[in-house]
Formats: sequence, structure tokens, C-alpha cells
Amino acid sequence: MLAVEGIRVTLGDAEILHGVDLTVASGEWVTVIGPNGAGKSTLLRAVGGAVPSHGKIIIDGTPTSALPRRRRAQLVATVAQQPVVPPGMRVLDYVLLGRTPYIAPLGRESADDLSIVEQVLDSLELRRFIGRELETLSGGERQRVFLARALAQGAPLLLLDEPTSALDIGHQQEVLELVDRLRRERALTVLATMHDLSVAGEYADRLVLLAEGRVAADGPPAEVLTEELLALHYRARVRVIAGEFGPIVVPVRLS
Amino acid sequence: MTTLRPARLNPGWLTAGIGAVLVALIAGVALGPVTLPPGSVAAELLNLLPGVNLTSGLNEREIAIITELRLPRVVLGLLVGAMLSLAGGCYQGVFRNPLADPYLLGVAAGAGLGATMAIAFRAGPLLPLAAFAGAGIAVVVTYLLGVAGGRDRSSATLILAGVAVSSFLAAIQTYLLQRNVDTIREVYSWLLGRLATNGWHEVTLLLPYAVVTTVVVLALRRELDVLSVGDTEAASLGLHPQRSRMILLAAASLGTAAAVAVSGLIGFVGIIVPHVVRLLAGGSYRSILPLSLLFGAAFLALADLFARTLIAPGELPIGVVTAFFGAPFFILVLRSTRRVSV
Repeated sequence: MLAVEGIRVTLGDAEILHGVDLTVASGEWVTVIGPNGAGKSTLLRAVGGAVPSHGKIIIDGTPTSALPRRRRAQLVATVAQQPVVPPGMRVLDYVLLGRTPYIAPLGRESADDLSIVEQVLDSLELRRFIGRELETLSGGERQRVFLARALAQGAPLLLLDEPTSALDIGHQQEVLELVDRLRRERALTVLATMHDLSVAGEYADRLVLLAEGRVAADGPPAEVLTEELLALHYRARVRVIAGEFGPIVVPVRLS
Repeated sequence: MTTLRPARLNPGWLTAGIGAVLVALIAGVALGPVTLPPGSVAAELLNLLPGVNLTSGLNEREIAIITELRLPRVVLGLLVGAMLSLAGGCYQGVFRNPLADPYLLGVAAGAGLGATMAIAFRAGPLLPLAAFAGAGIAVVVTYLLGVAGGRDRSSATLILAGVAVSSFLAAIQTYLLQRNVDTIREVYSWLLGRLATNGWHEVTLLLPYAVVTTVVVLALRRELDVLSVGDTEAASLGLHPQRSRMILLAAASLGTAAAVAVSGLIGFVGIIVPHVVRLLAGGSYRSILPLSLLFGAAFLALADLFARTLIAPGELPIGVVTAFFGAPFFILVLRSTRRVSV
């Protein structure tokens, strides 16, 4: 579904990614982890086309350099780390923005667009919020609305940049369970970034550990979430305990 | 069949906007030193359409007052009001800033300098051209500076470039005024804005630009809604945010420059009308822009009616009228809805 080959990204004068390789199979959930500043968000933004990059990004067999913007937006949908909340915009109109890549530049949304959005709203139980302004929703409700806009894009590849960083532990689980259900129902491919290592391991099929702009480890959660790797790249002292759905990472005080 | 109602132009508000324009048109033409019956005025206005031939009961002199004196001035008021309000709404959306007005990127200072030069160098007939050129050059310089200054080409850089360009041009203008004190009164009256007409001359100058601006801005009104989620996310939705922004700003600035060239600097309309529309009819640019066009047109034509009748035969500067009546009305709307957002 997605193949990233040797991509480099330079922001300002600093090279953030120094040749990253990554593949995500169709239907797979891959989560990128790594310490602050490792380039996780930059990697996602490069795949989403939000920052320019050198190297190859191939989506569904087509290099993104050969894809017009609108076509690319039909293949890749992104939920940003902190999406802008447009003041005064109603939930329905916000989710409808997801249909932008399908609406002719001078056109308006078709009945098809509306029925797709309606179905997304129902599936995320957002129907009762459609007339509310986005600003008036709680953090968990908003996150579902952000997700709804991305799903309305109808793209097979979903990029989630820290989808749960603003949520409490209960809402984190709720949103991630929702993503997992949608992934199965809609045969989506998910590429995410996450800070919480235990949670990352529980939901992803595979983890990619990024450190200083390079891939330091790539594999099933049990192979990546090891005390040695985390000590080396996070400079953290942790215990890793076997859990029901993956390793549980527990921080241990240094002294 | 779906029951979802996306934000679109509400037919009720559209009808109200068209009604407001018609009321302003008929009142503006009927009222003046000679008061004409509104019904007869409406009949004469319809007679201007091809294939219509109604009896209005007006004599030739009265018909001449309508077609040669009042109608051009009312139409000019409608056009200028429409341009300033449409451009104001467009600027607010592009910059995502409720304080943006059509003069933000140096149009006012550029036009002001151009007009001052035309007056100071005794080239009165060239004034509209000089003001238009000044406005155009100022916006282009602002844009080039803003783009060169900010690697991310953020809107803040552009606004700061506008401030710098405006200050620079205002400094030159002040210097010119100091050197030509005898022209201060004339320049000042231009700066306050006025809708004096010489037959249809001003209308024909402004009309082509008004049409281009209206077509471009209204065609891109949905893109303004998409831009409200920020450039990064707009790009991930398949838009070219920089390109859309540049086209919208160019179109809005063109209309503003043309309006300013024939009317001087009329303040307040471009910032307040879009806000009133937003508060009353909702926050989507798909309704803000067309409704700003209509209500801005009606508002300025009515303001001009007050300006020329209130102390007749004298005339108030129209900028005084727009602020005097517009500000309290805006506060009223603000208090009853209690929110401003862009």
C-alpha cells in the first residue's frame, strides 16, 4: 500500500530525516515511535505531502510525485496532531470538507458526497452533533469529528499524528478501538505516530522506531519494545512486562 | 434521501439582499432636491430594460434627472459598496483575521499617494488613474516583500509587509502635502471618500474591474471555507493554498483599487458589512461573500443618500455617514448575537 524509499526532508537548514525506508502493507497498522525530535511527525507529513521531500514515496503502486494533489488527497487522509478548529464552523460543514478532493473546483457537494458523510457520521455516532459548532465540543468528541473528516475523504491510507495526545486514558482507548474497528470495516491501512509505548504496541501490527531521523528498529511490538532499545534511543530506564495484547512498558526511576 | 443541510446560501437571505439593493436603488433615485414618486421611478428604471415600455407620468426633465444625474450616482454607490464589502470579506477569510479590511495590504496608502500626487501636480483628470496605479503598485510591492521576507509565506509576514509599505507611502504623502499646503483641503476631501459623478464616466471606469473581481471571488468562495482549516490541512485536502490565496487577494485588491480610484477612501464598509452578514447569516464564506456583495451595495448607496440629503444643498463626507450609522448598528448586532469569529 505504502512504500517509502530513502526519503530525506530538510526544514530550514536542518535535515530532519536522513533517508528513511518504510513499508506498510494493505490493511496493516504501523505505528512510528521515537523520542522527541526524532522526525515522527515530519515523516507523516512527508507521506501526506504537507512537506516537500527527496526520495520516493509510492502509494498503491504510484509514486506521489506523479499524483496530482486532488488524486493524492483521494488516497491519503491525515488527522493532524493539533488540527485547526475553525471558529464558528458546524460539525457537518467541517466533516463535509473531507469531500473537497471529489468536488470540482467550482462545484458544490453532490448527493453522493452527502450520503457518504451521513454514513461516516452515523458510524462514529456523531449524528446528534452535526449542528453544533466544533469549538463547543469536548476533546474526545472533537477527535471523533477530526477522524470523521478524514474518513469522509474515502482514502484507503489513513495517517494519524498523535491521535490521542490530547485525551485522557479512557478516551484514548475509545478512539483507538474506534480506529481499529473502522480499519477492519473499511479495509483501511493505518500509519500513526504515538508517544505512549504500551498503547502503541497494543494496537499496531508493527512498530517502527525512529531515532535522529533514521529507522533504528522495525518489527512486531515485542521485538521493538525491548529494554535495551529503549535505553539506547530514549535514554530511559524501563521495565518491559509481557501483556495480554503486547509488551507493557513501565518507566523505572533512575536513582 | 439525506436530511443533512450543508452551509449554503440561504434563499431567504439572498432574497433579503436583493430586496435591500432594490430599495436602495429606488430610494436613491427618488429622493433628492426634487422628490419623485417611487412608483414612477420604478417604472422609469424598468423602461431602461430592453423591450419594456411603461408609462411613468414623469416629464422629460424628471426623466433626465433620473437617467443622467441620480442613477449613475446610485449605481456607483452600489458598485463601490459591493466591491469594498466583498473584498473585505475575502481578506478576512484569506488572513483568518477579523480585523482584516480591504486596505490592509497598502491599497489605501498607495491610492492616497497617487491621488495626492495627481492633485499636487495639478493633474486632476488623471486622479483615478493615479490612485488606481498607486493602489496596484502598493499591493504588488507588499506581496513581493511578504513572500521574500517569510520562508513559510505566512499571512502574518504579509500583513507586516503591508504595514511597512503603508507607512512608507504615507510618509511620502505627508511630505508632499507639507510642500503643497494649498492642496490639503482637496486631498483631505478625497481621503474621506466621495461619490461625485460626471454622468456614467465613473461607473464605466469601475464596472469591468467589478465584474472580474466578483466572478473570481464568488467562484472561489468554497475554497475560502477549506482554507479556514489552515494551509497544511487544506493542502492535505487537495488544495493549493498559496495559489488560491494569491488569486483571491489579487482579485479582491483589483476591485478595491478600482473602487478607491473613483470614490476615494471610504472606510468602515469593508470591515463591518461582512461581520454583520456573518453574525446574521452564518459563518460559511459561501453565504458571507454573496451576501456581503448585496448588503454592502445597499448600505453604501443608502449612506450616500443620507450624505447628500441630510444637510442639502451641502454634502457630508460619505465616510462620516457610514461610520455614524454603521457603528451603532454593528454594536447592536454584536450585542444581540455576542460572538465574532472568522
